[in-house]
Amino acid sequence: MTTTLVVLGGTQRLRRADRELLVLAGGLGGTHAVVPGAPGQELLDALAAHGTAAVHVPAGEPDDRLTTPLTALTEAAARACAADAVLLSATPEATDVAARLGVRLEAGVVTDVVALDAQLTATKQVLAGGWTTRCRARGGVLVATVRPHAVELPDPAPPAGEPAGRPALRRHELTDGAPAARIVGRDPLPPTGRPSPAEARVVVAGGRGTGGDFGPLEELADVLGAAIGASRAAVDAGWIGPEAQIGQTGLTVSPQLYVSCGISGALQQRAGMQTAKVVVAVNKDPQAPVFEIADLGVVGDLRTVLPQAAAHLRRLRS
Amino acid sequence: MNRPLTIVVPVKHVPDAAQERVLAGDPPRLQRGTGILCELDEYALEAALQLVEARGGTAAGHRVLALTMGPAPAADALKRALQLGADAAVHVLDDALAGSDAWATALVLAAAVRRTAEEEGRPVDLVLTGMASTDGETSLVPGQLAERLGLAHVGFATALSLDDDAAALTAVHATATESLRVEAPLPALVAVTDRSSTPRYPSFKAILAAKKKPVRTWSAADLGLGPEQVGTVGSRTEVLGAEARPPRTAGRVIHDDGEGGIRLAEFLLAERLV
Ligand SMILES: Cc1cc2nc3c(=O)[nH]c(=O)nc-3n(C[C@H](O)[C@H](O)[C@H](O)COP(=O)(O)OP(=O)(O)OC[C@H]3O[C@@H](n4cnc5c(N)ncnc54)[C@H](O)[C@@H]3O)c2cc1C
Repeated sequence: MTTTLVVLGGTQRLRRADRELLVLAGGLGGTHAVVPGAPGQELLDALAAHGTAAVHVPAGEPDDRLTTPLTALTEAAARACAADAVLLSATPEATDVAARLGVRLEAGVVTDVVALDAQLTATKQVLAGGWTTRCRARGGVLVATVRPHAVELPDPAPPAGEPAGRPALRRHELTDGAPAARIVGRDPLPPTGRPSPAEARVVVAGGRGTGGDFGPLEELADVLGAAIGASRAAVDAGWIGPEAQIGQTGLTVSPQLYVSCGISGALQQRAGMQTAKVVVAVNKDPQAPVFEIADLGVVGDLRTVLPQAAAHLRRLRS
Repeated sequence: MNRPLTIVVPVKHVPDAAQERVLAGDPPRLQRGTGILCELDEYALEAALQLVEARGGTAAGHRVLALTMGPAPAADALKRALQLGADAAVHVLDDALAGSDAWATALVLAAAVRRTAEEEGRPVDLVLTGMASTDGETSLVPGQLAERLGLAHVGFATALSLDDDAAALTAVHATATESLRVEAPLPALVAVTDRSSTPRYPSFKAILAAKKKPVRTWSAADLGLGPEQVGTVGSRTEVLGAEARPPRTAGRVIHDDGEGGIRLAEFLLAERLV
């Protein structure tokens, strides 16, 4: 039987990305979980409901080193449960942990996985989403980072009610002395009150063509319950934070709907959004490359088209 | 104090993403024709050059060394790095390296960094990489290289500076929810993003000067590595199959005649997207 170790992002409750990893692992066999600090009761209950056999936690307080404490904890947990696969949610931090873990466990590491079968063959998109490959670890352990939304969550999720049994708690004494960077300051990003583009079903993204006014996009996003994304040009101009950037060096998103507004559709921008189910583009320039990939293209000014669309949808709804 | 710094910048020669890129063969491999220096590595090179230039540059004894592993045409990426301002280059060139995954690549690059330090007669203070290659796109090599070299590691850095006596670095690492300020003692490895700087263009003078700069070429054996440790056989992952995703095709394009927004809304309704 396959034993899968799932590395969770937090200590208090399951985020959507965590649940996706647990559902994926549950379909493969037995599940163990890594929690980066002292786990809360709500988290333990949720893990029990997911049939988690054991929860691996650090014995001491988490410290301020970047990457290495989680790498050491995950390494210890993977050895303790003889994991066949280690799953992390695909974020930049997790990628760094997966990389270092791969060396320590002599594991094959596959990033940005969108599907994993019973033989631990991973499917992923490569070359800016232009190709799909299947790959696996050559013997030994597989370490995989999994794209958000790659896994369908059962509805209602997770199975509530009688937990299948308490997961065993395993504390690991960590003596990892590897040189490391230390966190000396934290600046939280201002909350947007909207879903993050990586997780949202609908993303409304703006580029240089917004001229810095995201108001029309926000109006439409309100009606659609959408996240706001941006091109690098909009981020570079300082109109919106870098966490909104979609593309080669920003987020890769695969929403049901991507509304591209005042974005030309350069290669590096497309790299982050071309696996969206439906693409709608609003751009003044009929020659904009974004129209080559849009399911619906509206040649027009976003400042009139978007508010009109939002108003029409609101009218139909009421 | 202005201690002479040695900075190694691993760079990759990659197919130009503006051209069609194809995976073919068994196992499937990226077809490598003419290529370019990975755009994201230019940010690492720029960061290295800015750090040493602020301290007197080559004249003050600082060294920026570009390092690549790849077939003969990868020399073009090194040439570009020399034109941009690297002082010397190292090319790990060996047929046995073809098909190396991140594991095997990091193994080779780590050996090459160690050998470079020996040849230079002084330790490497900083390894500076880009955040990803634009072909493999895994972002794994920086972390694996740091792990193998036993270096402190800052990934996805959006800003980087050194303290006065070059004993430690300060960097900014942005996550999805917060911006972290981090410090690390040197020697260290930092992977920078495209937010860290704006890469320069080489001047005519720099292009001429690049021709005189030394390029060392080493085989796997020169680095003490056997053929079974590198390439496809030395890799920890294998590719079983590859398929081109059907390209997105253009759908309907309408011109806003005053009702473009209404058409847009109707489209979303018809597609059951609202
Ligand atoms: C190494 C590297 C990495 C990169 N990574 C990314 C990345 O991750 N993400 C990314 O997006 N880019 C990235 N880029 C940049 C990318 O190449 C483009 O420069 C960028 O996407 C352009 O942004 P834009 O489309 O908003 O701006 P522009 O190309 O200037 O396009 C603006 C568009 O808005 C339209 N417009 C103007 N006014 C209006 C209006 N009132 N109504 C409707 N339309 C209007 C114009 O017709 C035009 O098509 C990267 C580049 C490099 C070199």
